[in-house]
Amino acid sequence: MLPASAASRDPHPAPPPPTSPWLGVAGVAAVIAAQTHAILTSPAEGDMGHLQKIMYVHVPAAWMTFLAFFVVLVFSVRYLWRRRENDDLMAASAAEVGATFNGLTLLLGMIWGRPAWGVWWVWDARLTSTLVLFLIFVGYLALRAFVDDAGQRARWSAAVGAIGAINVPIVYMSVHWWRTLHQPPSSPATLDPAYTLGLRLNALAFLLLMIYFIRKRYEIARLERAVEHAAESAALGGQ
Amino acid sequence: MAWQDDWRRVRAIARKDLTTELRAKAGFNSVASLGVTILILLGLALGPDAAALRNAAVGAVWLATLFAGVLAFNRSFQVELESGALEPLLQYPGPRWTIFAGKLLGNLLFLTVMVAIVVAAGVVLFGVRIPAGWASLLGVLALGIVGVVVLGTFYASMASRSRAREVLLPLLLFPMLVPVLLAATTASKALLGADLMHEAGAWIRLLAAYDLIFLVATFMAFEHVIEA
Repeated sequence: MLPASAASRDPHPAPPPPTSPWLGVAGVAAVIAAQTHAILTSPAEGDMGHLQKIMYVHVPAAWMTFLAFFVVLVFSVRYLWRRRENDDLMAASAAEVGATFNGLTLLLGMIWGRPAWGVWWVWDARLTSTLVLFLIFVGYLALRAFVDDAGQRARWSAAVGAIGAINVPIVYMSVHWWRTLHQPPSSPATLDPAYTLGLRLNALAFLLLMIYFIRKRYEIARLERAVEHAAESAALGGQ
Repeated sequence: MAWQDDWRRVRAIARKDLTTELRAKAGFNSVASLGVTILILLGLALGPDAAALRNAAVGAVWLATLFAGVLAFNRSFQVELESGALEPLLQYPGPRWTIFAGKLLGNLLFLTVMVAIVVAAGVVLFGVRIPAGWASLLGVLALGIVGVVVLGTFYASMASRSRAREVLLPLLLFPMLVPVLLAATTASKALLGADLMHEAGAWIRLLAAYDLIFLVATFMAFEHVIEA
């Protein structure tokens, strides 16, 4: 029998109720609808022509990246504070989904940059700091993969997640000083009204899809932990 | 006085680590030799044009420092683990941040001596002309070393206890050190030239702020990281 404090820190989690697949279906449908709407209604842009349409996937992906990293920060700090295993699993799920959107942001940006700037890559502030953010995510996920003890993995990755998040604005500022080429970031405030509705709708659709991804990943993570707990209990001779 | 006791603990741990290092010497000698070797390889890869080498000198010195220094941080915890000394160390009375502070101090001295060797080799091999304002260059170097050692020691306290410590530490550490690398190299380059844009000052403030932020953050997080 574990001492009471250790037991309360590490409760055996029950398998979670499954995430409704309809959330995923709704997310995919929303992305298709929002993309169709944006492509059909937005006029060809003066300089870029139809190249501008990449914005409707690139910019929402970038927003989701930062949102996911924020979720990692919040749940990492909450884990260190309350020590509930589920907070750790939520941070890990958000990190995986965030890394995926982060990679997508970089790839879509490069696909846009090649025709717009004539090069696949420039060392400007936003590109470079998004790339560094991706590397910080990769380090976080590698740490999780290489630590076997669940408690250690949770505490260490929470610390790494929180400290990595602190660094994001510092990285951005340092690369910004180092060199800046990027056009001002696209947001409804800097955008011609003909494009704002499309951008907002696509951001909402991406948000729906991201919530589904994170919930699904969280569900899987909890099932994995339930299996690990069951194996531990069995190895200790039941209970 | 409580803080005097804490300070004694910090010094004791740093002294213990440095004594081990001094008696064995193999660790320091190989890390410093690796730093110089990396410099030589960079010189071969980027040379032999003297002007190009002089331009690349600052970046080469910092890369050699990072790649060799990363080995030192894991060592400082690995030595404890191999002799089963970390658990007893954690059971001593007194706050645990003193363990981190002691390791930090030991690594700081270790890396400072290593950087002195690497910088001397860099000046000679890359033909750097020392300017009149060399004192501020030393300041940049010192702030950069602090940034590298703070995060290096913190991440090593985890990576050294994981399954893949050799690859995990640089993977975690290097992306985090991007601001240090940019600030230290840009400020040093500006100071080696005439600093016509007066940009060195801003970079030095950024370095100092970075050091301070992560000193506080790692001291707060270490308690959570070190427990067994």
